[in-house]
Amino acid sequence: MTEEIIISGFGGQGVLSMGKILAYAGIMEGKQVSWMPAYGPEQRGGTANVTVIVSDDVVSSPIVSYYDTAIVLNQPSLEKFEPFVKPGGTIIYEGHSVFQAPKRDDINIYRIDAMEEAARTGNSKVFNMLVLGGLLKVRPIATVDDVVKGLHKALPERHHKLIPMNEDAIRRGMEIIQKVK
Amino acid sequence: MDEQKKDYVLLKGNEVIAKAAIRYGYDGFFGYPITPQSEVLETLAVDKPWETTGMVVLQAESEVASINMLYGAGATGKLAFTSSSSPGIALMQEGISYMAACELPGVIVSVGRGGPGLGTIQPGQADYNQAVYGGGNGDYNLIVLAPNSVQEMADCMGKAKELTFKWRVPVMILSDGVIGQMMEKVELPPFTPRRTEEEIHQQCPWATNGMGLKGRKYNYHSSLEFDPLVMEDRNHKMAEKYRKIEAEEVDYDTYKADDAEYLIVAYGISSRVSMKTVDTLREQGVKVGMLRPKTLWPFPNRILNEKAENLKCILCVEQSEGQMIKDVRLAVEGQVPVYHTGRSGGMISSPADVVDAFKAMARENISKNWPKGYWIK
Amino acid sequence: MAAPFGGRGALYMTKEELIQPENRIYGKPALMNDTPMHYCPGCSHGVVHKLVAEVIEEMGIEEDTIAICPVGCAVFAYRYLDIDWIEASHGRAPACASSVKRLWPKKLVFTYQGDGDMACIGTGEAIHAMNRGENIAMIFINNAIYGMTGGQMAPTTLMGMKTATCPYGRQADLHGYPLHITDIAVNLEGTCYVTRQAVNTVANIRKTKKAIRQAFENSLNHKGCSVVEVVSTCASGWKKTPEQANQWMTENMFPYYPLGDLKNTNE
Repeated sequence: MTEEIIISGFGGQGVLSMGKILAYAGIMEGKQVSWMPAYGPEQRGGTANVTVIVSDDVVSSPIVSYYDTAIVLNQPSLEKFEPFVKPGGTIIYEGHSVFQAPKRDDINIYRIDAMEEAARTGNSKVFNMLVLGGLLKVRPIATVDDVVKGLHKALPERHHKLIPMNEDAIRRGMEIIQKVK
Repeated sequence: MDEQKKDYVLLKGNEVIAKAAIRYGYDGFFGYPITPQSEVLETLAVDKPWETTGMVVLQAESEVASINMLYGAGATGKLAFTSSSSPGIALMQEGISYMAACELPGVIVSVGRGGPGLGTIQPGQADYNQAVYGGGNGDYNLIVLAPNSVQEMADCMGKAKELTFKWRVPVMILSDGVIGQMMEKVELPPFTPRRTEEEIHQQCPWATNGMGLKGRKYNYHSSLEFDPLVMEDRNHKMAEKYRKIEAEEVDYDTYKADDAEYLIVAYGISSRVSMKTVDTLREQGVKVGMLRPKTLWPFPNRILNEKAENLKCILCVEQSEGQMIKDVRLAVEGQVPVYHTGRSGGMISSPADVVDAFKAMARENISKNWPKGYWIK
Repeated sequence: MAAPFGGRGALYMTKEELIQPENRIYGKPALMNDTPMHYCPGCSHGVVHKLVAEVIEEMGIEEDTIAICPVGCAVFAYRYLDIDWIEASHGRAPACASSVKRLWPKKLVFTYQGDGDMACIGTGEAIHAMNRGENIAMIFINNAIYGMTGGQMAPTTLMGMKTATCPYGRQADLHGYPLHITDIAVNLEGTCYVTRQAVNTVANIRKTKKAIRQAFENSLNHKGCSVVEVVSTCASGWKKTPEQANQWMTENMFPYYPLGDLKNTNE
């Protein structure tokens, strides 16, 4: 099994940390992982994307041409990465931020209204965990238990009290993701 | 050891350089921030090794100062390192030449970006010449290690420590912005205590630290010599040492190269991209393999020369306009054509790019157009 | 009775006979070896070298001293004093000393630099080492000219002074003004002791020696960065006899670079 994922959106949406938690969950499952950010001088508000690869075998190239799964959290990201999803692959888009849905019909398309859910619960900080939950529902790369274990490793001790809240968000994300086609 | 039981952490290549240095018992770090390697100093600042292992960490006023701090540290027998990126390494060249001239230990981590000049802050491999042939003056060489994974960033810090004292030659770890910025799982080395002052005194009788001065002639390190005959003699002795290093320290890796008719030669990030290219082409029935130099100096000349006998041609993959290709061509001594592909200025070839380039090369080579041009787009 | 001056032995004592402890009224410090110095007659370097050797010897810290020499006339300082030396690249001695002192905190670490090294090519390293409060001593030989390369203009060359590269005299519009790096050092929080001395008279030599000792003690005691400027002669560069050079220094250099302690946080 090798899953090559691109996560893309605006800086500040938690794109990089979501990728990191996913990679950590992969390590917990005993898999090989790589996390390759597109880095730049922008600190906030710019575009951000990260390629995460989780594999049973050694990860060859951390840079890939085509993706099994693209998670797009804004319109420019969709336009940029939709053509590079492998046939039979998956796009997950955020319902509020992406206003023109993906057009391809040779891939699986899912929508997650994470922004709305985060607004409804009044906790915008778990936005990326809702999306991660959606991903794990449709692409079961890691179990929620392993993600939680990953969070324990990824977060400094002082933030561990936030883990249950994040776990709840992941489980909620699994519920709210919808298949579009 | 059971894969599941290992204590893996997920870290960036740059972070691993810092953490490995602390664990390998480095005595000091002296450096100046520059993208894409600033996490080295940032990680050291967070980890505060001066409170645990006693390692000294200092943000210098410039790369020029950093390398001269390294010079001073090496002169006294301490194990220190600096890290920088392309333009910063350019500023260090004078100091590197002085360290080589005085045969001092020291480790320089270079996390390459696109150049020339200020260039871009995106990853690049256009500093092969800078590392291997150097920008400093005079007849000298550095040992140049080329990691291609986050784990190897850690391993190279250990290897550099060993080699720099074994040979009294500065060691450069030539990485790139991808390896520096990406995260992979890594097993950090166990803690090795820093050498005590008494151990340094025993192991480095050449060091200028005052120890035991009353029982010996005083030591000094100077690269200056007004007598050309004496200077020539120094150079001869250094050259003899370099020939020994060439005989003993070459390191490389091969991937599916045993029955290969075509060979890709690549180091660092390009070797990771090329691994996937090899896999893709093998699936299509092409007998292609890869050779990856793990030491860029000394360069794996002999194995390349031997392999060339059974090859149709070689594709050199570098994220530059073609620098290592010259060494590959020298190594194969004209037995087979050598082509180049790669991007530059901060762009990185994708595995698909390299597949396309490979196919173009194979066509071109068959049509005997070589040596019309070696650039394969 | 033998003639009072009879015999060769009485008139001409051999070297061995001459150098008896009871005959000895002056000796060079043991740390100064017999390598003939390359310095010109009348140069201040030799005197300052001797003072450095004397102070280290008197403090008994030969095995706890690491010296950094510059590029310039003192590039060969490592030939003359039997202590461990590092010859740094041009201007970088303070950077080199910074790492050495941090890695060997119990040692005396000092730099020995000229005006070109400290106040021109290495201004950045000098100021930052001072400003970081590195626990090092910096001995700064200011003779207002580049001696080693044959008498070119230095950052500290006086206005109107003629050198090979300002043959009609230093002019502000062409060459700018002399750099008062020692006065800059005073204003940096990391310096603990800044002084300007000379070695043209016995009295001044004694003061300079005291200043060097103070600076070395500051390094050992982690008081901060000490700067000892020695306003010096360069008879060859100035194209004067040693005697004229001393006189010229007294008349022209001292008014511009007045002697005395500029800062001492220990007081």
